[in-house]
Amino acid sequence: MTEKKLLMGNEAIALGAIEAGVQVVTGYPGTPSTEALETILRYADRCGIYTEWSSNEKVALETAVGAAYSGAKVLVTMKQVGLNVASDPLMSLTYIGVKGALVLLVADDPGPHSSQTEQDTRAFGHFANIPVLDPANPQEAYELTKLAFELSHEFEIPVILRTTTRVSHSCRDVELAIAEPAAVEASCEGFTKDRRWTIFPRLTAERHPWLENVQVQLSERFSGLPYNSVSGSGKIGIIASGVSALYVKEVVKGFEGLFTLFRVGTVYPFPEKAALSFLKGIEKLIVVEELDPYLEEQALQLTGRAHLPVDIYGKKNGFFPVSGEYNVDIVIDGVNKVLADLGETSRLSHASPAILRGELPPLPVRAPTLCAGCMHRTVFYAFKQAAKQLKKDSQIETIFSGDIGCYTLGNAFPLNMVDTCLCMGAGMSIAGGLFRTNPEVKQVAFIGDSTFFHSGIPAVVNAVYNGADVTLAVLDNRTTAMTGHQPHPGIGVTALGSPSKAIDIAGVVRSCGVEFVRIVETGNLENSLENCIEAAKEAMEFKGPSAIVFKGKCVGITKSGTRLTIDPEICTGCGFCVKQLGCPAIFLPAGEDKPLIQDSCSGCGLCAQICPSGAIRESGVKK
Amino acid sequence: MKGEKAKSDGAKSDGAKSDGAKSDGAKLQGMKYDILIAGVGGQGVVLASRMLALAAMKAGFRVSTAETIGMSQREGSVSSHIRIGDEIQGSLIPTGQADLLIGLEPAETVRNLPFLKKAGKTIVNSHSIPPASKPPGSPEYDPAALLAFLEAHVPGILCLDFTQLAEDAGTYRAANVAMLGAAVGIGMLPFSREIILAVLETEIPEKHRAVNRAAFEGAINKIKLSSGHPDREQKVNLNV
Repeated sequence: MTEKKLLMGNEAIALGAIEAGVQVVTGYPGTPSTEALETILRYADRCGIYTEWSSNEKVALETAVGAAYSGAKVLVTMKQVGLNVASDPLMSLTYIGVKGALVLLVADDPGPHSSQTEQDTRAFGHFANIPVLDPANPQEAYELTKLAFELSHEFEIPVILRTTTRVSHSCRDVELAIAEPAAVEASCEGFTKDRRWTIFPRLTAERHPWLENVQVQLSERFSGLPYNSVSGSGKIGIIASGVSALYVKEVVKGFEGLFTLFRVGTVYPFPEKAALSFLKGIEKLIVVEELDPYLEEQALQLTGRAHLPVDIYGKKNGFFPVSGEYNVDIVIDGVNKVLADLGETSRLSHASPAILRGELPPLPVRAPTLCAGCMHRTVFYAFKQAAKQLKKDSQIETIFSGDIGCYTLGNAFPLNMVDTCLCMGAGMSIAGGLFRTNPEVKQVAFIGDSTFFHSGIPAVVNAVYNGADVTLAVLDNRTTAMTGHQPHPGIGVTALGSPSKAIDIAGVVRSCGVEFVRIVETGNLENSLENCIEAAKEAMEFKGPSAIVFKGKCVGITKSGTRLTIDPEICTGCGFCVKQLGCPAIFLPAGEDKPLIQDSCSGCGLCAQICPSGAIRESGVKK
Repeated sequence: MKGEKAKSDGAKSDGAKSDGAKSDGAKLQGMKYDILIAGVGGQGVVLASRMLALAAMKAGFRVSTAETIGMSQREGSVSSHIRIGDEIQGSLIPTGQADLLIGLEPAETVRNLPFLKKAGKTIVNSHSIPPASKPPGSPEYDPAALLAFLEAHVPGILCLDFTQLAEDAGTYRAANVAMLGAAVGIGMLPFSREIILAVLETEIPEKHRAVNRAAFEGAINKIKLSSGHPDREQKVNLNV
């Protein structure tokens, strides 16, 4: 009995995986991939699926590989940037292959909405010789997940299910084959010792022809799948995959006689046979795809090889944007450019809006910022003060290196406390490099608790080993906040909610050889700001690597305290609280000179601690 | 305004029944109804969009949404696209195609106006949320001027302090649900209030349900009341 449910793409993938019999699921949270593993967690107990948040994507993949070598069906989830972390085991794994089934969900982020890169995972598939499926919506994501498990099992090769934000975070009425997920097979074959599992040059040499042959077989198989389909009858062909194919469908509605659309659902290995028969029926080809010109390159190659007289219009000749997220309007513009170039008289038309973008009045910039009451604001502010002091006393400047997480928002005005940010775990090591080249400048690096376990530890080891004079501030808010509050090795609870051994960050830092290690509680002290400034100063004055673990709580998962209020009788309207903190709860009404504290105040008290006139106090109102 | 008539009888959604939809009004063949909800991270834009999507499904339509999740949630601008209709296409509403814009905040409503089609309708919450910080170069935030702009340029706008309305019902946090009440109350949604109320029962945790129901009903009543006696703060010109 089928059932229709409103599902986000990531939820649909999770349900598809459970239907496919997934037994082990690992991952590291990363937008837009996170909800896939979180959905599995909801069913883990009921269905008997082992699920974990691993400390990083490489560890997640390797854990999954161990299970897959034992014949289990496994799923690993991450975002596109996470695949870089997992790339080392991935590149070798393709040669060795798997036994049960191994599916990697990798979510790409064109736009990008919340990522450091706009990289394209289809390129990774091509690079690593791993088949890539590219669903266009949550329904296809659900179906292609099941297909990914089948293919992985049949060809004994890992398979990438690649989504993009508008698939991962799109909700749709999805038709499910099974109304409620059932328990999965509890056991698997188990690990059998075999030279096949040990990669050596000889094995690699033996397996490489097999790996190449699998690509040929898969290309053949893909050509016959309904996820690669042709529609329309025009002489102008359009090739597209993923959500771009839906944009194309939307714009060519009513123009089916002018265009023929080839939708590709299985992007790598390229379904050459199906593509060739499509290419033979057209005269011109428009390629519509977000991120890399992957399909365009495949089409160029194929038309060249088959000597087909088809002109190709895409990113490479400037007809479509090479970066950014696509939408219907961008696709219309691109197709119209091609039509103009071809001397065609038809044009696709945009809908007419109530108001054009250029007619809008000036609008305030609304950048994301640290939450009201976030402990990171206190720590950033403390370091800012400590650095000011250091400059005043000894003319020493400070560079602040940030990391990936909520605290990246410390770069926002007016804190401006992130001078470098590259990738997860890089704050400390970049600071180490800056120390070599700017010996007169004090180096401070910030890292979050989850990020510390992700890839921060090796950087600490390196700083100690090579004597880098860096102060590390661990912003331990007891969760992975940016992606929705997942536990990590420092919490003492597993993903499944069972108690576990909590790894003590300060202990780890000490055992790496850092001699100056302080723990500062940011939350429950009257004078927490003063303590934070004091600790920051001491750590920065220490010669050699030093570390402070600031322990507090994420306001997103803790109960707020008593709200604060500004006494208008005492407030002098100096605006210090507004100008210094950028707290979203403090607000200066237009035309007024005295700020107000709004509902979102969680009572952290930072503003009260910095108010020069003592006008901010507890309101007595609990939130 | 044809919202009242936008019902599901005409939808060919894989044989799904349109039991709860209103039975008056004309049929909508090849039904398509695009709704954009805009606001500030934390206002409940995603929840409101889920409720609309579930209501659309309950009414027998096909539905697709695109939501803002992740970094921009933290006090940033957020929007949700809800596409209701027979044929599911991309989850993003193209420029100038939204039938209805629900703006939980004045500046965010104006920001998203280019998505609204020429004859599209807008419901706006007059309660403004100033940005957390004013980076150098960011224009001054003048909510009154933006509301005046909306009234001057968007015919058929419904403007009301839904945050206050929700606060009166028990919590300012229910402004999102109050706005859904207003939308259905003036017939701007392609399904009945009963359908949304049923969704409210399943989507809002029990302890918050009563207050949300009160905000929802409160908005409907307020609209009814004031469409007869238009007062100063409320401007209804919907040709309902």
